[in-house]
Amino acid sequence: MHIMARTLCMAAGLAMLAAAGSANAVESANEPWPSLAASLFKDRPLLDGTGVIAIEMPARAEDAAIVPMTLRRTLAASDGRTVKAITVVIDENPSPVAAVFSFGDKANVSALSTRVRVNSYTDVHAVAELSDGHLYVVKTYVKAAGGCSAPAVKDAAEANAGLGEMRFRVFPAAAKAESAPREAQIMIRHPNNSGLQMDQITHLYIPAFFVDDLEVWQGDELVVGMKGGISIAQNPSLRFTFVPNGANFRVEATDTEKHAFKGSWPAAGM
Amino acid sequence: MAHSRLWRCAATAMLMMLAWNTVADGAESKIAPLDVTQIAPGVFVHFGRIALMNRENVGAIANVGFIVGTESVAVIDTGGSVREGRELRAAIRAHTNKPVRYVIDTHMHPDHVFGNAAFVGIGAEFVGHANLPRAMATHGPHYLESFRESMGSALMDEVRIVPPTITVSGTLDLDLGDRRLVLQAWPTAHSDNDLTVLDVASATLFAGDLLFVGHVPVIDGSILGWLKDLDGLGAVAAQRVVPGHGPLVTDWPHGMSDERRYLNCLVDELRAAIRGGVPMAQAVKSACAAESDRWALFPEYNIRNATAAFAELEWE
Repeated sequence: MHIMARTLCMAAGLAMLAAAGSANAVESANEPWPSLAASLFKDRPLLDGTGVIAIEMPARAEDAAIVPMTLRRTLAASDGRTVKAITVVIDENPSPVAAVFSFGDKANVSALSTRVRVNSYTDVHAVAELSDGHLYVVKTYVKAAGGCSAPAVKDAAEANAGLGEMRFRVFPAAAKAESAPREAQIMIRHPNNSGLQMDQITHLYIPAFFVDDLEVWQGDELVVGMKGGISIAQNPSLRFTFVPNGANFRVEATDTEKHAFKGSWPAAGM
Repeated sequence: MAHSRLWRCAATAMLMMLAWNTVADGAESKIAPLDVTQIAPGVFVHFGRIALMNRENVGAIANVGFIVGTESVAVIDTGGSVREGRELRAAIRAHTNKPVRYVIDTHMHPDHVFGNAAFVGIGAEFVGHANLPRAMATHGPHYLESFRESMGSALMDEVRIVPPTITVSGTLDLDLGDRRLVLQAWPTAHSDNDLTVLDVASATLFAGDLLFVGHVPVIDGSILGWLKDLDGLGAVAAQRVVPGHGPLVTDWPHGMSDERRYLNCLVDELRAAIRGGVPMAQAVKSACAAESDRWALFPEYNIRNATAAFAELEWE
């Protein structure tokens, strides 16, 4: 059951990423969101997501290459539904779909933070898919970074060093209770190069090279998964809350050049 | 007889000069020269305004300069717009008739290289760090787009990204005629393409944006790399140092102590935040608040610096 749901989710995610590319190509100079939404969600109704999820970003992208973003589940505990996935769309970026996050049934992830690139003044939409199949949307607006901040890698020669190295950390528990939610962070070293630029030495376009798939597991239970695009910042980082199940952690990731990266860590101490 | 030939020769030279001025410097002749100060014999600097680039200041916020040898001139950074570049050319012409042989870009940032196009087609070589071509390729298109808002189309339409024709790894000597410049390419610090210029004759160091004075330093490379480079930079035997932004420094290496203190503050506070599990978005808001009164443009750049530093220090 888990496996099937996961496969379906992956297929949907890939379709979304592909659709986003074509949506961008035909984008008008006006508001990109209506056609992005139509293309990504096949005209399924997008309900107001207030009280379902929230998206937090700074009002201004300070460093265009590293803009913190937090997604929170605000769905009332009494609501019987769960959040299955959240799609993050940075409307004005060259490839608007930043990521599709999927959530395991039992890990109960209620907050997720990552870092994205922001090219210009833009709406950022987060669309949650709930367990009943309904879609809910929230948005925020981010002003572009000022001055000479570009959404590019800072140290190009060093960016490929330690490719795929992972760091995983479970933060100390705030409460003693065994079932209390905990917080963890996975980081993976990767240039997550957005491509598209002309390399003036070789006169070739640098191909995009990024982590396209990352999953965090506790034993056989998915905690959180990410289908990533080029808008995820260099050295992707996911920080998330979860409920420990006592099993060891396992992280599996791949990039667009089919490198596979794996890591495992002991269970979160109670 | 000899007299009249000499006169004819001088007249021809003057005519040639006039022709040069009208053909090559046609646009320049109407332009007021940039205000420059001679900080050492043959070494001229325009001290930029401490500000963000905008229409009103035509992007002239960085320190730019030129050095005159017995045969030729080297320009060090061309400013934040082609207009500023032309004004710099006019300033050079006001002080010497020797040709501009080298245009040295200290790094990729728009306030330093947007004036490059003003020096195209005059026979000058463009000189930059070995990483500069790639940095221009990966950042240039974004700069051209993103500065339209603050600078306006009139200034931005004529800006071109002009990559170097000579690149430097390690060091490179340039000779302006009885005047040797030592160019040094540094490991990633302010950016991944920082280049400094030492005029040996006057012991004047153009530090580019490896040195900020008064203007809060801006991290677009590596904070740890920068602190490391400061050791090497401090060892340069310079009598005076031209920072990328801010007034002339005459007490070297003491003149870098504010910058070093600020960078160390970020490293110390953010390391502590990372160790304590403070999320990035929270840690960067309050980082080094004690430094805020000591720098111009602190609100514009401090969170950005802290963000870049946090992302780097997390991988220590």
